[in-house]
Amino acid sequence: MIHLLIPYAVAALLVGLGLFGVVSRRNTVLVLIGIELILSGGLVLLVTSGLASGVGGDGHGRWAAASVVPLFIITIAAAEVVLALAIILALFRTRGSIDMDARLDAVSDSPPPPSQPGEAATEGAKAGGER
Amino acid sequence: MTGLDLALSATGTLAVLGGLLAVTTRQVVHSALWLIVALLGVAGTLLVLGAELVSLVLVLVYVGAVVVLVLFALMLTRAPIGPDRAHAIGWVRQVGAAGVGAAVSVLLLVVLVPMAGGVPGRQIAVVVTDSTDVGRELFTTWVWPFEGLSVLLLVSLIAALAISRVGQGGRGSS
Repeated sequence: MIHLLIPYAVAALLVGLGLFGVVSRRNTVLVLIGIELILSGGLVLLVTSGLASGVGGDGHGRWAAASVVPLFIITIAAAEVVLALAIILALFRTRGSIDMDARLDAVSDSPPPPSQPGEAATEGAKAGGER
Repeated sequence: MTGLDLALSATGTLAVLGGLLAVTTRQVVHSALWLIVALLGVAGTLLVLGAELVSLVLVLVYVGAVVVLVLFALMLTRAPIGPDRAHAIGWVRQVGAAGVGAAVSVLLLVVLVPMAGGVPGRQIAVVVTDSTDVGRELFTTWVWPFEGLSVLLLVSLIAALAISRVGQGGRGSS
């Protein structure tokens, strides 16, 4: 026997923390970490709801949905992360920065990224060019 | 408080503390490493709740693959070792973000606490989901969404390849 309140509270806190991360981070990769936390909060909520509803009589939920839908969400999240990281790397290569606060049109008035591989990187995340 | 309650509280606390440190630490690599702690806490919570398969897949896919991808992206975008001062934010924005996060948490709790039957809460029995049942349902009832997901993974793989060629100029593929 468990108290339902505990997993519900964990889910709510994880979603809140993830949203804090999404709003407060300027590094694009760290925004993704906030998104992962939000999704994991959703997973906890789904599994708990399936347990609490008890549709189907045996607590599994109908069609084992309380296990299958979280599996689908994990898969979709993996695809999303792959695409997001590809976009981040393309952004870093073309604009030399992954700052969420950078201007969208900064690519036109900033110097083009160095084209030779192995060119010296400047300080911090300001360097563009080949990885 | 039963034993399962205690286990659930421990893993839930681990998840929330790991998540808190993951979103607040100033060191970008530590953030990804705290995400591992948070996800292991979530996996433990799911294990206590009886969803064994979901818990193990979470460890495999998230801790095994996604966090490694995030660490690779941090390395490829030249994340600094040590505190990330280039992306620091002011305290006004920090307080605002904390307000947004807390508001969403409170909003969810306002909805979920009555569903749990008030603050002492209603007690339910934990039923361990049989992986055999999950597999049978996955390949009978859910077979078309499952096939759709495999197509989605293929499309996202190809799209990631296409996107990562953007901005390489005339230098050809890497």
